[in-house]
Amino acid sequence: MSNQSILTVSNLTVAYRRDRDWLTAVRDVSFNVAAGQTVGLVGESGSGKSTIALAIMRYLGKNGRVTQGNIDFMGRDLVTGSDADLRDLWGNHIALVPQDPLSSLNPSIRVGEQVAEILRQHENMSQNAANARVRDLLSMVKLPDPERVARSYPHQISGGMQQRVMIAMALSTEPKLLVMDEPTTALDVTTEAAILDLIRDLIRERDTAVLYVTHDFGVVGRICDRVLVLYAGDLVEEGTASAIYHRPNHPYTRGLLASVPQLGQSKIGFQLQSMPGQIPALGERPEGCVFAPRCPVAVDSCATWPDLATSANGDSRVRCHRRDEIADGSLVVDYSAEMVYAEGNRHTDRDTILTADNVAVHFPVTRTMKQVLRRDKPDLVKAVDGVSIRVEPGRTLGLVGESGSGKTTLARTVVGLTGRSSGEMVLLGSELPTGLKGRDLETLREIKYVFQNPEETLNPYLTIGESLRRPLMRLRSLSRREADAEVARLLESVRLSADYATRYPRQLSGGEKQRVAIARAFATNPALLIGDEAVSALDVSVQASILNLLNGLQAEHGNAILFISHDLGVVSYLADDIAVMYLGHVVEFSSAEMLLQPPHHPYTEALLSAIPNPDPDQEQTAILLSGDVPSAINVPSGCPFHTRCPRYLGDICREEMPPWRDSAEGTRIRCHIPLNELRSEQL
Amino acid sequence: MSRYVVRRLGFLLLTLLLTSMIIFLITQVLPGDPARVILGREAGEQAVAQLREELGLNDPLVVQYVRWLGNFITGDWGTSYSTGTEIRPFVMQRLRNSMMLAIVALLIAVPLAVFLGVWAGLREGKPADGVISVSSLAVVGLPEFVTGLILIQLFAQRWPLFPPNSSIPVDATFREALPMLILPALTATFVLLAYIARLTRAGVIEELKQPYVRTARLKGLTGSTVTRKHVLRNALLPTITVIAISIGWLISGLIVIENVFNYPGIGRALLFAIDRRDLPLMQAITLVTVLIFAFANLGADLVYAWLNPRIRLE
Ligand code: SF4
Ligand code: SF4
Repeated sequence: MSNQSILTVSNLTVAYRRDRDWLTAVRDVSFNVAAGQTVGLVGESGSGKSTIALAIMRYLGKNGRVTQGNIDFMGRDLVTGSDADLRDLWGNHIALVPQDPLSSLNPSIRVGEQVAEILRQHENMSQNAANARVRDLLSMVKLPDPERVARSYPHQISGGMQQRVMIAMALSTEPKLLVMDEPTTALDVTTEAAILDLIRDLIRERDTAVLYVTHDFGVVGRICDRVLVLYAGDLVEEGTASAIYHRPNHPYTRGLLASVPQLGQSKIGFQLQSMPGQIPALGERPEGCVFAPRCPVAVDSCATWPDLATSANGDSRVRCHRRDEIADGSLVVDYSAEMVYAEGNRHTDRDTILTADNVAVHFPVTRTMKQVLRRDKPDLVKAVDGVSIRVEPGRTLGLVGESGSGKTTLARTVVGLTGRSSGEMVLLGSELPTGLKGRDLETLREIKYVFQNPEETLNPYLTIGESLRRPLMRLRSLSRREADAEVARLLESVRLSADYATRYPRQLSGGEKQRVAIARAFATNPALLIGDEAVSALDVSVQASILNLLNGLQAEHGNAILFISHDLGVVSYLADDIAVMYLGHVVEFSSAEMLLQPPHHPYTEALLSAIPNPDPDQEQTAILLSGDVPSAINVPSGCPFHTRCPRYLGDICREEMPPWRDSAEGTRIRCHIPLNELRSEQL
Repeated sequence: MSRYVVRRLGFLLLTLLLTSMIIFLITQVLPGDPARVILGREAGEQAVAQLREELGLNDPLVVQYVRWLGNFITGDWGTSYSTGTEIRPFVMQRLRNSMMLAIVALLIAVPLAVFLGVWAGLREGKPADGVISVSSLAVVGLPEFVTGLILIQLFAQRWPLFPPNSSIPVDATFREALPMLILPALTATFVLLAYIARLTRAGVIEELKQPYVRTARLKGLTGSTVTRKHVLRNALLPTITVIAISIGWLISGLIVIENVFNYPGIGRALLFAIDRRDLPLMQAITLVTVLIFAFANLGADLVYAWLNPRIRLE
C-alpha cells in the first residue's frame, strides 16, 4: 500500500531524574515509521531502545521526561497531547506488546476478559459481541481451543500462549502502530520462531506500522525492514536491514555483529570479536562520540560529537567521523586485540573426566487427598529420565534444550545440588556420591560451576578478594599469603586488575561479576567446570569476551567443561561435542562440526530451523512444532517427542522407545527413522 | 481448592490440639492449689485433700487433660471456682458482647482504612500521601489507654455525646448497647486504622509497579477503571488477610480497651479469672480465645486463596 508515514520522531531527547539531576538517556534521535513498515530498534542494555519505545507510549514514569523533540503520530503530538487524547489512542490506534507476557497480564482476571475490555472501551461492543470477537481474535493468533483459553487465568497457559494472547490484545482494534518491546526474548526458540511468523503474517495483512525493539540481530533479520542501531542513547547507524547486516559502517555495529556466534561458527575456525569495556552508565556518557572509549579506531577528532550522515557507500546513515574510510574499506575495524583462544595445550589423551550412566531424576508430586486415601502412588516429575553422557578432558560438552528439557537438572546432579534417583556417575575413575554431603574435599575441588546469575554465588558482604580466597584456603589449604598471591593471579587470568580484590560485588558490572565467578571456579583448577546458562544474562558484547575467556582458560589448563545453554549458537560455538535434550532425554549426540550436517534427529532439525537467521536476504522457513512441550509428569510413551514430531511414523513412535542409531560421522540419533532417510531433510 | 481447604483444616485441628495442651500445662504450673482457692485460707488440710480427690486433681496429668478436653468439647466447661456458677453461659455472654464491639469497630475501621490506604497509595509521594502516612504513624504509636482516655475526655465530658462508661447490662440488645459501643470501637479503630491503611497503601504501591498495570493503562482504560478493576483486586489481597486476622484480635484482644471503658467483654473476663486464680474459667477463656484466633486465621487464608486464582485453581 502507501508509504504513508504513521510515526515521526524528531530530535527526541529523553532524560531520567537521579536525585536532583536530569541525566540524558536518549539524545537527539529522529526517525519515522511508515504504514506496513517494520523498523527495528537494536541495542544492548542501556542503549536507550526501550526508553524510546516508552517515550512513544508516553509511559516513562515519574522520573523520565522528554526534554526535547517531537513525536508525531498521524498528525497528533504524543509529547504534548492531553491524557484524554492519549487514552483515545492507546489500545485503539497504538498498541504495545511487552517483553514478559506473564507479568503483563493481570493474574486474577480471566484472559478473555482482559482482551474483551479493550473492545468494550474502544469499539462500544456489548458484552456478548466482545466475547464472540475475543474468540475470533484468539483463533486468529492460532491458539488451540480459544474457548478454553478465554476462560483461563494467565498462569494456566504456557508462555508462548500468553504472548499470543498479548498479540491478540494488541491487534484487537486494528491499530495503526504497534510497538513491540522484545516480545520473543522470554520464549524458547521454537516458540519464538512460531510467534515471529505469526507477527509477520498479521502485520503484513494489516499494513501496520511496527516499531520492533530487540537486542537480537537474528530477530532483526527475520522481521525488520529498516534498522536503527542505538548505543548509550545515541542513534549510531541507520539503514535497511540488509545494508546494516552486510555492510555495517559504524565500528559499534561491526563489533556487535561480530560478537554473536552464528550457527556453524565454531571456536576452532572463527574467533569471536569482543568489544572491550562496557556501555557507559547513565550520566557518564562521554561528551564527544559516545563510543570512543571502546572504539578501536578512535582518533583525536572523536572528542567532538559526530553527525549522523550518509556514508560513502550510500548504504546507511552513520554517526562516526570515520564513516567514509570504513565504508570504502580503507579502514579496518578489528577487535581481535582481546583474543585469547589458543590451540595447543589441549589434552589429547582421551580419558574421560565424567561419565553418567542412565541417570534419572524423578521428583514425586504432592498427592491429592483422594490419592492419599486411595493409596495411589504419587505421580513423578521425570525431569531427567535415563541420560548417559561422557565428558572428556580438555573438551567441552554442550547440553542444549529448551525449557523443560532437564538440562539444568542434569547439571545440578553433577554438582550435587540435586540428588539423582537412579544411575551411576563416575568422576575421574571413582563413583560420584549423589549429594554434596557424601563428597570429600577432593571431589569438591574437582567440580566447579558458574551459574547464570553470579549474584547467587558471590556473597554481597565479602570483597571479591575474600570470596576468591576462601576456596583457596579451604580446598587447596594455601596459607593466607599464598592465597593472596593466587587471588591476584586469578584476577589477572580473567583480565581484571588486582585492585578488584578490594571491591564488593555491587561495585561490579554483570560481566565483571561473571568473570569473578569464573575466576572462583578456576581457583582450584577443577577437572570439570559446569557452566549453566553462564552467559545468558549478559549483553552480547560482554558475552563474547566471557566465551573467549572460557576458551582461553580451558586451552591453558585442559579442564573439561559441561556447558548448558538454551542458545544453540553459543553452544555450538563453544562446545566440541553437543547433546540435544528433550523432555528429560538426550535425543542426539553430535560433534560441533557435524551439528549442521544431516542426519538430524527430527527435534534437532526443528530447533536448528527455528534459530533466526540474521541475514535478511535469506529466506528462512522454520519447522513449526505443534503445541507445547508436554508436562514432565506425563512424559509421552514411546518416543518422548512423538506428540509434536513433524515426521511422526505412527504407532511405533507412540509405543516403542526408539533405538540409538550411529552414523559414520559419529553422530548418534535416537529415532525410529533410519539414518539414510533422516539424511534427506524436510526443508 | 478443596484439597487446600482440607489441608488447612487439618493444620487448624493440630494447632488447636497443641495449644490446648499448652494451656492445660501452663495452668498446671501456676502457683496455687485450686482446692485451696475454692475452700479459702481457713479450711483444714483434710477438707482440701478431699476436695482435691473429688476434683480429680490427684489423677495423672494425662488423664486430667483428656478429661478436661473431652468435657470442653462436649460443652461441659465446668463451674467457676470463684463464682460457683456454670462457666459456659458466662463466657458465651461475654463473647457476645465482644463480638458486638468487634462488629462496630470493623464497620468503622475497615472502610475508612482501606479508603485512606488506597487514596495514599495512588498518590504516593504527594502531599495527601504524606499527611496520611505521617498521621497514621503517629496514631499507631499511641497506647490504647491514651487514645481511650482522650476520646472519653472529648466526646463524653466536653461534648457529652456518648457515655463515658460502657458497662452494658447483661441483657442489653445490640440497639441498646450501640451508643456505649461507639467510643471503645473508635479506640480500637485507631489501632487498626493505621495498621490496615499502611498495609493497603503498600499493596497499592506495589501493584502499581506491576507491568500488568501498564498493560491496562495502555489499553486506553480510564484511570478509575484501571484502579478499580485491575489494581485493587490484587492490591487488597494482603489487606483482606489482615482484616480477617484482626477480627480475632478485636474479639479477644481488647483487654486494655475493655478496662478503660469498663466494658464486659471476654478480655475483662480473663482478667477477672486471673485475678481470682479461677483455673477452669481461665482455661475456658483462653481456649475460646485461641479458637477465635485460629478460625480468624483460617478464614483469612481461605478468603485469600479464594480471591487468588493462582491458589484457587491449583
Ligand atoms: S567517531 Fe571516532 S570514536 Fe566514534 S565510532 Fe567513529 S571512529 Fe570510533
Ligand atoms: S521416533 Fe518417531 S516420533 Fe520420535 S523423533 Fe523419530 S520419527 Fe519422531
